[in-house]
Amino acid sequence: MKKTAFAVLGSLMLGTPLWAAENPPDTALQALDARIRVLEAEGQKLREQAAAALAAADAARAELEKMKAAMQSQQQAQATAAVSAPRETSAPNPGGANGNAFNPGIAVILNGDYAHHSKNPDSYVHAGFPNVAGSGPQGLSLGESEVSFAANIDDKFYGQFTISYDDDNGKVGTNLEEAYIDTLALPQGFSVRAGRFFSNIGYLNSHHAHTDNFVDRPLAYQAFLADQYGDDGAQLRWVAPLDLFLELGGEVFRGENFPTAGANHSGVGAHTLFAHAGGDVGTENSWLAGVSMLKASTTGADDGFSGDNTLYLADATWKWAPNGNTKDGGVTLRSEYFIDRRHGTYTAPLDDGIDLSDPATQPWIGTRRGVYLESVYRINRTWDVGYRFDKLWAGSGNPFATGYDPLRHSVELTWRNSEFSFFRLQYSHDDPLRGLADNAIYLQYDVSLGAHGAHKF
Amino acid sequence: MRKVYFVALLLFCLATPAAQALEVFACEPEWGSLVHELAGDAVHVDVGTSALQDVHVIEAKPSLIAKVRRADLIVCSGADLEIGWLPQLIRQAGNPKVASGAGYFLASDQITTLEKPTSLDRSEGDIHAQGNPHFQLDPYRVLAIAKALDARLSQLDPAHAADFQKRLEDFSTRWQAAIKTWEAKAAPLKGRKVVVHHMSWIYLLQWLGMEQIGALEPKPGVPPTSGHLASLVELTKNAHALAILRAAYQDPKPGDWLSEQTGVPAVTLPFTVGGDDKAKDLFGLFDSTIDKLLAVAK
Repeated sequence: MKKTAFAVLGSLMLGTPLWAAENPPDTALQALDARIRVLEAEGQKLREQAAAALAAADAARAELEKMKAAMQSQQQAQATAAVSAPRETSAPNPGGANGNAFNPGIAVILNGDYAHHSKNPDSYVHAGFPNVAGSGPQGLSLGESEVSFAANIDDKFYGQFTISYDDDNGKVGTNLEEAYIDTLALPQGFSVRAGRFFSNIGYLNSHHAHTDNFVDRPLAYQAFLADQYGDDGAQLRWVAPLDLFLELGGEVFRGENFPTAGANHSGVGAHTLFAHAGGDVGTENSWLAGVSMLKASTTGADDGFSGDNTLYLADATWKWAPNGNTKDGGVTLRSEYFIDRRHGTYTAPLDDGIDLSDPATQPWIGTRRGVYLESVYRINRTWDVGYRFDKLWAGSGNPFATGYDPLRHSVELTWRNSEFSFFRLQYSHDDPLRGLADNAIYLQYDVSLGAHGAHKF
Repeated sequence: MRKVYFVALLLFCLATPAAQALEVFACEPEWGSLVHELAGDAVHVDVGTSALQDVHVIEAKPSLIAKVRRADLIVCSGADLEIGWLPQLIRQAGNPKVASGAGYFLASDQITTLEKPTSLDRSEGDIHAQGNPHFQLDPYRVLAIAKALDARLSQLDPAHAADFQKRLEDFSTRWQAAIKTWEAKAAPLKGRKVVVHHMSWIYLLQWLGMEQIGALEPKPGVPPTSGHLASLVELTKNAHALAILRAAYQDPKPGDWLSEQTGVPAVTLPFTVGGDDKAKDLFGLFDSTIDKLLAVAK
């Protein structure tokens, strides 16, 4: 405070010759002088905990009202400061020209797994689902480890950029997972997102894997969306001004990533519609439910499909927790149901560089379905335990259908040291094909460092 | 497809509200109560959390998104107390009125906070870069926040500005009188030592001239461990502590254990409005807090 007053005085003195030449109005100087005296007197009192008040004082007259309000509490604090003053506020540098001050929030997720399968997951596929993403490789591996940058761009836009380390069937590399902007200033509950992002269909699709309750995604997500559908596109979303939470929206995507491919229709090959509703029942129960649809025109998908495919999803989440403290106890129930309608042909996927002049093609016309149901019991802030049921129906008319429907059971146990780190143990019993069973044990760590995440429900 | 658009349009038309009372979303009950003191029935207040919830770890529930969507003003503690959920609510609600500017009121911006850490490292637990955010138990800070909040209400709803001003004057008068009463009543508490569950009592203790000698949480936000609790037994006994303090939402077991080992009473304070039967409003909150402390001081 003294420094500020000194600086003001200094600048006044420097300015004096000019002012003197113009024969300045004494009253103005006196008023300034008086004001400085007031500031100085108040500065004495403020020194104890000056952080906010210092900044306020710098902002001078306009801020004076605010300062006076703050003064009362400070005087009180001073009177008792001697009693207890642990780690008292130290004044930050308010006017510092720190070039990093506007750096985006940086969050790093580190994730690693150990998996032991009784049958090597590379040696089988799930009946009717040639492109099931799989539950990760045998043995030690790095899971989804990623870096995310996010910040408000200006008063109208927010931006996020996420790069993940990717280990896709032995092909190691980095992957631009998300890079998008959101609008902040559209009126009436509308918002637009543009760039590369995860579609808002279903429940889990828009959630990053590090917030999941299990080591791997449900079979239905692995089978129908290769874990998660994200693509280049744009989203329009509207939230209704109701007591009930209700969001409606739609997206258009390039149609390049599974379950689409080929970027048909001049690079607008897929579109979605989604609706989610949610609310509370009393103080201890919350729910969220939705229906969504992904419609695409596909050429040469990873599973060999070309044609028109439509995926319908229904999702429902119910959380109960004593007094609504979901981190300290309670139960989460979640289920999603998938219907996949396809009308097209199957062509055996071509390996790069191999040109088969007459590839075997056959029709692929039919409906496949999938469901999962998971329930997680939160014992306390440190422990939770969960069970998940997975089922897929291959249907008929699909070149991989064998009349057998894959089934899997999983149980998990999670230990959390804080909200920034957890370790998870999971056991899964998978019956991917008739007469074949895979028992798997997983051990996972997942930590986040850097900016504090704010997660979706 | 057409039907979907039609339904959306219909909902949109139905849902577009006519001009009506200011909608306020308060993150914590104390600010809901303060808005009620300052604006009465001129505004409609939704409170996002209860005294029985740990506001550090609330989830961005759909019901809260719906409330923020309809709000003209959100009033929250700030200082990163709500960092795990409020930014998500604002981003999902699509309501530019409260995303920034006049509709976004953080109490921490109106006052100075205590316990600003000199270094930031999560090995020190859940620390807040902007200082301790549990300042609702300092009546002087509450008054400073009331003045700033009143100005904000007047800015957003100028038609009621005169009414808000009158109510502020009335509140200030009653509040200052109450502070005198509380300070006189609490005189016997001066200099007494307490053990706290979480580092959420510093403002109250400083106001009343009391001293914190230890915390059940080994580090802020880290649940009490048996080893750490055992290390507090001697300290608590030797210091002739007055009480072991916890908020209504906190697990009573660790404090009860230490109480059994030391004979020092464990006291559950309301911490915010609604934390016990007496804490029906801000005045009741302080009445109850001081009465409960005095009850064990005798």
